[in-house]
Amino acid sequence: MAPAEIRSVIIDILGDIAPDEDLSTLDDAVAFRDQLELDSMDFLDIVMELRKRYRVQVPEEDYPALNSMASTVEYLTPKMADVVAT
Amino acid sequence: MYDTIIIGAGMSGLAAGIRLAHYDQRVCILERHYTIGGLNSFYRLNGRDYDVGLHAVTNFTEKGAKKGPLARILRQLRFKWEDFALAPQKGSRVVFPQAELKFNNDVDLLRAEIARAFPSQVDHFEDLLRKVVDYDDLDQEMFEISSRTILAETFSEPLLIEMLLCPLMWYGNAAEEDMAWGQFCIMFRSIFIEGFARPYKGVRLILKNLVKRFRGLGGELKLRTGVKQIVVEDGHAVAVELDNGEQITGKRILSSAGNIETLRMCSDTSEPDPRKAGQLTFIESISVLDREPEMLGNQDTIIFYNDSETFHWRRPESELCDIRTGVICSPNNYEYSDEDGQLADGIIRITSIADFDRWNNLNEQEYALEKLRWYDRSVASAVRFTPDFRDCVIDTDLFTPTTIRRFTWHDNGAVYGMPEKQLDGTTHVDNLFLCGTDQGYVGIIGAMMSGISMANLHCLRD
Repeated sequence: MAPAEIRSVIIDILGDIAPDEDLSTLDDAVAFRDQLELDSMDFLDIVMELRKRYRVQVPEEDYPALNSMASTVEYLTPKMADVVAT
Repeated sequence: MYDTIIIGAGMSGLAAGIRLAHYDQRVCILERHYTIGGLNSFYRLNGRDYDVGLHAVTNFTEKGAKKGPLARILRQLRFKWEDFALAPQKGSRVVFPQAELKFNNDVDLLRAEIARAFPSQVDHFEDLLRKVVDYDDLDQEMFEISSRTILAETFSEPLLIEMLLCPLMWYGNAAEEDMAWGQFCIMFRSIFIEGFARPYKGVRLILKNLVKRFRGLGGELKLRTGVKQIVVEDGHAVAVELDNGEQITGKRILSSAGNIETLRMCSDTSEPDPRKAGQLTFIESISVLDREPEMLGNQDTIIFYNDSETFHWRRPESELCDIRTGVICSPNNYEYSDEDGQLADGIIRITSIADFDRWNNLNEQEYALEKLRWYDRSVASAVRFTPDFRDCVIDTDLFTPTTIRRFTWHDNGAVYGMPEKQLDGTTHVDNLFLCGTDQGYVGIIGAMMSGISMANLHCLRD
């Protein structure tokens, strides 16, 4: 998957986790925590959904990499390079 | 081999089951009773539907709210706000002979009532609100300090302290007389800041949605399936033995059966647990009326009453029940949608404190007689605080501590479980964890939150 595809995967996951959030105005450079009402349970869900949908493992020590959209896409790009978009 | 075996199909077990099945685990929920729900179950009698535990769903927040436990569990379980179809309360009261406080789902009403009834305590109430909001949920040390100590430092009017404690203890305090500060804060937020609501169809709507989702995700639910023993070898649970002798295996076990009750099932515990089971249990007197309570002038959703200036929250000392305090709930008095309209019958439910051992020791004949006697007494006590409805009663039922034990399997029929909570859910067995009342959260939303957080903490991260 290319970075743009990974971004839309994350948007899709966020839409499932927090259906009441307006994601169209999300600023990729700003921490999720500062613009969405996400708590630690929701962050766990981003990790779990990646595992469920794409078999991508994110070890606990890497959770800080999921701070913002930009850092998440950057972190996942090598991990998801071989994943085929559906 | 299951990934997770869950003991108990109440709110916490079902919510945990949904979380785990959603993430592709093989999950099996074992329930001893013939129906789901645990404390928050339902039954049918003389052609009418009754709820067991539910007076009100606490922690109510409006659609679109992003904060608070209700929003959290909806997100975690991938439900829409509409799935629980919660109708907010009309308004409730705390009534003591010397004063009354009205409250609803907007804390400003309680604030105004305190200014009216206790003008000298207005600033102190703001202090309390700050302390409650600042409290951090999972701090075990702060959790256990005494609420009465903190309240005595905050207020200079003892009656107000009793009146604030009364509803919070009634809806979630497992300990006698005093309340853990953590429990106080959780209950204060859920009742006074968030508030009460109820689905038009009662608790069965929520349960139906939970079970449908769980099964839709591939989860297995076995009713009439009690656990005889958890087989433990070297501190590790290797199997669960059912009442019929069958053994099933799982990588881990999540139990909502209660702390002492769960540990007693473990094959490596032969000594009786010295810790104290909860003592607080109830009778519930249910009256079906030939008209809506509102037609009698009763517009209250819930009334918490106490007939003296001191609130006694303890097991009855010499009788089957203690009717000096009670809760009066009128399930008709919610703001149901125009589509749903009003419930088919007028209903008034009255809860009184009861003693498990005395009820449990009655023979069949005495039991039937005492049920009639205490129905009359508890209703007579309650109508001092609500319009007398006794001329309008067309059917009655009364359930007792032994009924509650049958539904929950908790020792003593203890509605809110043990006084000491195990907030992290761990046990002496490395793959056996607790959820439900003895983990720390109570109420319908609280129980679901307990199942979700213990599933997340102990069952998903491998």
